[in-house]
Amino acid sequence: MTEAEVQITNADGFLLPLRDEDGEPFWEGTLKGELRIQRCASCGRLRFPPGPMCPWCRSMESDWPVMSGGATIWSFVVAHPPLLPAYAALAPYNVIVVSLDEDPTIRLVGNLVASEGGPINEVDPATIRVGEPVRVVFQRIAENVALPRWSRV
Amino acid sequence: MVPQIRSPRGSSLMRWPSFASSPSPFLTVRQVNLPGVLKDRTAIVGIGQTAFAKHLEPSEKALACRAIVAALDDAGIDPSEVDGFASYTMEETDEVEIAKNIGAGDVTFFSKIGFGGGGGCATIGHLAMAIAAGQATVGVAWRSRKRGSGQRPWTNLVQQLPTPAQWSRPWGLLRPVDEIAMLTRRYMHEFGATRDHLANVALACRAHANRNPNATMYERPLTREAYMAARWISEPLCLFDNCLETDGALAAVIVSAERAKDCRQPPAYVHAFAQGLPTQHHTMVNYWNEDPLHGPSWSAGQLLWKLADFTPDDVTVAQIYDAFTTLIPLSLEGYGFCGRGEGATFTEDGAIEIGGRLAVNTSGGGLSEAYVHGFNLINEGVRQIRGTSTAQVEGAEVCLVTSGEGVPTSAVLLRR
Repeated sequence: MTEAEVQITNADGFLLPLRDEDGEPFWEGTLKGELRIQRCASCGRLRFPPGPMCPWCRSMESDWPVMSGGATIWSFVVAHPPLLPAYAALAPYNVIVVSLDEDPTIRLVGNLVASEGGPINEVDPATIRVGEPVRVVFQRIAENVALPRWSRV
Repeated sequence: MVPQIRSPRGSSLMRWPSFASSPSPFLTVRQVNLPGVLKDRTAIVGIGQTAFAKHLEPSEKALACRAIVAALDDAGIDPSEVDGFASYTMEETDEVEIAKNIGAGDVTFFSKIGFGGGGGCATIGHLAMAIAAGQATVGVAWRSRKRGSGQRPWTNLVQQLPTPAQWSRPWGLLRPVDEIAMLTRRYMHEFGATRDHLANVALACRAHANRNPNATMYERPLTREAYMAARWISEPLCLFDNCLETDGALAAVIVSAERAKDCRQPPAYVHAFAQGLPTQHHTMVNYWNEDPLHGPSWSAGQLLWKLADFTPDDVTVAQIYDAFTTLIPLSLEGYGFCGRGEGATFTEDGAIEIGGRLAVNTSGGGLSEAYVHGFNLINEGVRQIRGTSTAQVEGAEVCLVTSGEGVPTSAVLLRR
């Protein structure tokens, strides 16, 4: 694919993940409604963001098990303008970082949504708390891209 | 079915640094350093800068040339003698252009340091090492940037950061302020830091800028009420937690301690220098390790004090990188001025203002003087050592200057 053919945003102007070889299994998983995290095939440790070598045992073999989808909110922000136009139209909206139940050092950036298909500005930011339990949901933002987001348990 | 996942905390292969007590295997390597090889062997003998403004007419190249020649003039060294250069990888004007325009002679050392504002003090450190090692004799470090009138870097849609942006940007974590706000919220949650603490930082920098006629905010006082009423940018950070957007350029000239004796200005000796890239660090989006609030300052600080004849107790003035207010409490902890989690309370009772325990950012810093990737902090460190700051700390024997916390970083300890 040439640079000109790389799709930067979806039809609504939201950024698409600029996918690379290391992260491809993650995005293949989210399209199927699965939250997959890279795991070293030798020592068994999860790692994120994905990369070619395990920093703990230097193995280059890995697999991608499906996570339970349970997590807790580790931190969050509420973004206000100036922002890219598509995001500014939704501001203020939340962005959260969650810690996965399987390993609290595996954290994912996401959004807290009120329902599976809900927008990222629907939850009242004043009600969000660090430590809240959440569960993964998936939202299709382009034909070949689904983002994991999070809803309250 | 959920697969069995082994907990990293229980793994025998655990390599996370143990912050409390036992030294990690990595530190053992450091213990064979030869402390003092660089110590006081070189000095900053010239500093120069342009005006700072939201918009300046000249190009970045022209601004760079002006600042560099001003620094050389300050030192009393002819530009034809320059044989070493160091700058940031984000610097747009390269050494070839600078050398050609200022009329440098044969250049034998040139180096660029990565990670944005983390590279500032490393430009000084790399030149100090080069001069101490005989690779050059007159080194120039510089940064020229039209960040005020130029494009905001985060509006670049295709740029991939060191940790790929695919893991943060699609969800709307778009800007550096969002990335640091995420760490700020966590810092508040873990250690009880408040917006009042962040205001202490913003107000201290502003008070110092109000004494500095070259500062962007020289004539613009700031009150706590105005801070609290300011618009949000990324909660919990408001407008005044963010650095300025500045056009401007700065430069510094470094020579050997021996050569320094012949220069116009009293030397600011490079007493110690360190860089820091912690284990499993992820730059601004440092969310993926055991302890994201234990940042690059801790790595750089550990080496810096090991190489120095001083301790944090000896330091009464510091220039600490402040793209965002939060970076100052985090850096105060990393460089050992207080304990873990105590950086916020350290700022209470005027402790970081003139007359306090540790005067911080005495020219106004990135928050209130100018944001030129922290190079203004270096020049202000030199002025403190010379005794010429507009917010001079009496009797300051040493001045710590740090670069960006939250990215692979660097620091220098300057002494009289």
